[in-house]
Amino acid sequence: MKHPAFAVLNRYLGLLLMAVVTIGPFLWLLSTALKSGDENIFQYPPSLLPEDPTLDNFWRVIESQPFMLYLKNSVLVAILSVTANLIFASLAAYPLARMEFKGKNLIFIVLLSSMMIPFQLLMIPVYSIAISLGLQNSYLGLILPHACSAFGVFLMRQAFLGIPRALEEAAMVEGLNRLQIWWHILLPLVKPSLATLAVFSFIAVWGDFLWPLIILDDPGYYTLPLGVNRLANTFSMDWRLVAAGAIFSIVPILIVFIFSQKYFIEGAMKGSVKG
Amino acid sequence: MLNRNSLTPYLFLIPACAIIGAFVLYPMLHAIAASLTDYNMITESRFVGLDNYAQLAEDPFFWNALQNTLLYLVIVVPVLVIAPIFLAILVNRSLPGIKLFRAIFYLPVITSLVVTGLIWKWLYEEQGLLNYFLMATGITDDPVAFLTDPANALFSVMAVTIWTGMGYYMVIYLAGLQSIPRDLYEAAEVEGISKFKQTLYITIPLLKPSIAVVSVMSSIAAMKVFEEIYVMTQGGPLDATKTLVYFIYQSAFEEFEMGYASAAGVVLFLMTLCFSLINLFMLRKDK
Repeated sequence: MKHPAFAVLNRYLGLLLMAVVTIGPFLWLLSTALKSGDENIFQYPPSLLPEDPTLDNFWRVIESQPFMLYLKNSVLVAILSVTANLIFASLAAYPLARMEFKGKNLIFIVLLSSMMIPFQLLMIPVYSIAISLGLQNSYLGLILPHACSAFGVFLMRQAFLGIPRALEEAAMVEGLNRLQIWWHILLPLVKPSLATLAVFSFIAVWGDFLWPLIILDDPGYYTLPLGVNRLANTFSMDWRLVAAGAIFSIVPILIVFIFSQKYFIEGAMKGSVKG
Repeated sequence: MLNRNSLTPYLFLIPACAIIGAFVLYPMLHAIAASLTDYNMITESRFVGLDNYAQLAEDPFFWNALQNTLLYLVIVVPVLVIAPIFLAILVNRSLPGIKLFRAIFYLPVITSLVVTGLIWKWLYEEQGLLNYFLMATGITDDPVAFLTDPANALFSVMAVTIWTGMGYYMVIYLAGLQSIPRDLYEAAEVEGISKFKQTLYITIPLLKPSIAVVSVMSSIAAMKVFEEIYVMTQGGPLDATKTLVYFIYQSAFEEFEMGYASAAGVVLFLMTLCFSLINLFMLRKDK
């Protein structure tokens, strides 16, 4: 029989190997972004540590490209989309979890089945609808398609189903109306699910590329992924600059990730298994 | 307040239904209708019946895209269904620092696909890091043209999709693993059943629901690939990486043949629908 310490060591070896495969590419990107113009980034053998680390590439990117504007756009669009999704999804989830009304099942089934339709199939009509609504080159145009997800409605409905009815009945006796119950009683109790949904919609909006690519032609509204792509095209692959721009776009989501890691992993588990 | 004819539930539902209706359900119907016209956003649309579909059937570029998409499915999906199981088993143990490893493995999931694509384009360069390793270890003598050789390009892009998806499906399996009762393993331990056999006869069978979920999610994801391709190869070289979504994107937004592109979209939709239905069926049967 194998020694238990040996088994643990083996496990760590496996973990380390996978960790190298996973973060290796990110570290190589960071290293490239920190290399100065004098250093040959194609040298053999490649060096992971920059000879003379510099932030020059970052300054050059920020000076030559409106990356601060892209950052602002990304943050604005992400915050508004996520907030809208939290509010609209949990509003819709309340009657679906707790009220009796005509058409409830039909609405629920239609919402659920809409989860199966990938955006890629809808991009043409959504584009023409957005054009006819005058949403081209606008924040509203970037936000609206993300402003409520069927997945969110489903997730919040599950959360509401777990709350004892007695709480709600007590609140009704107190004379609170449905909207007040939703806001004061239900929402505070489903904070973990709200966090999960927030994290999920944040990843989706922050990384979204296809929709902004279609709906925007004014770089003034570009979000970070479009900015990075534009950078890659403009500097025809000066990898130092592309790497700096890419790092610039990763850092904000990395910060969010570090502070809410728990919700990312747990949330993904919750969302997948119940889905 | 509680009466059944109250408007309240509908008021709560209005914003969600309006948004999902306007950006998912109505577009769905619109897409099907548009596939029967010569819609191009410039001239008046004309009903053409199934002409677009007939034209698709004769379009070698469409068949090429369909073939690439199917190749994607056949290769990427099995890898993404099986490999993350082992990754999940690896991190499903309370060891010091295990949460950090989980977080690290999840990192590619939170990174925008555009950035992921660019990172890999950099690694795939002819004088890039990957070629250095392959040559330094003697696996190849000459640099591999990962993205510029039509024979390699699609596989190179697939590798990126796999690299990106591992962490995501790992987490789904992790949830499945944690719902398996511990005493099953303890009993097996007492019986002296090896770890390998425990995995084979306890873990895998009990993971079936998660496996079904991952199969469908990864199939649908594989049919939707776009960003990696857009950033790394633009569909080239020689259309080697042009998939269905890329074909639709080009027909619609570069050639403005929206009706034609919609028909290809409907084909893609029917493919996704098939996978969703197979999944539902499998889950039903399990219960």
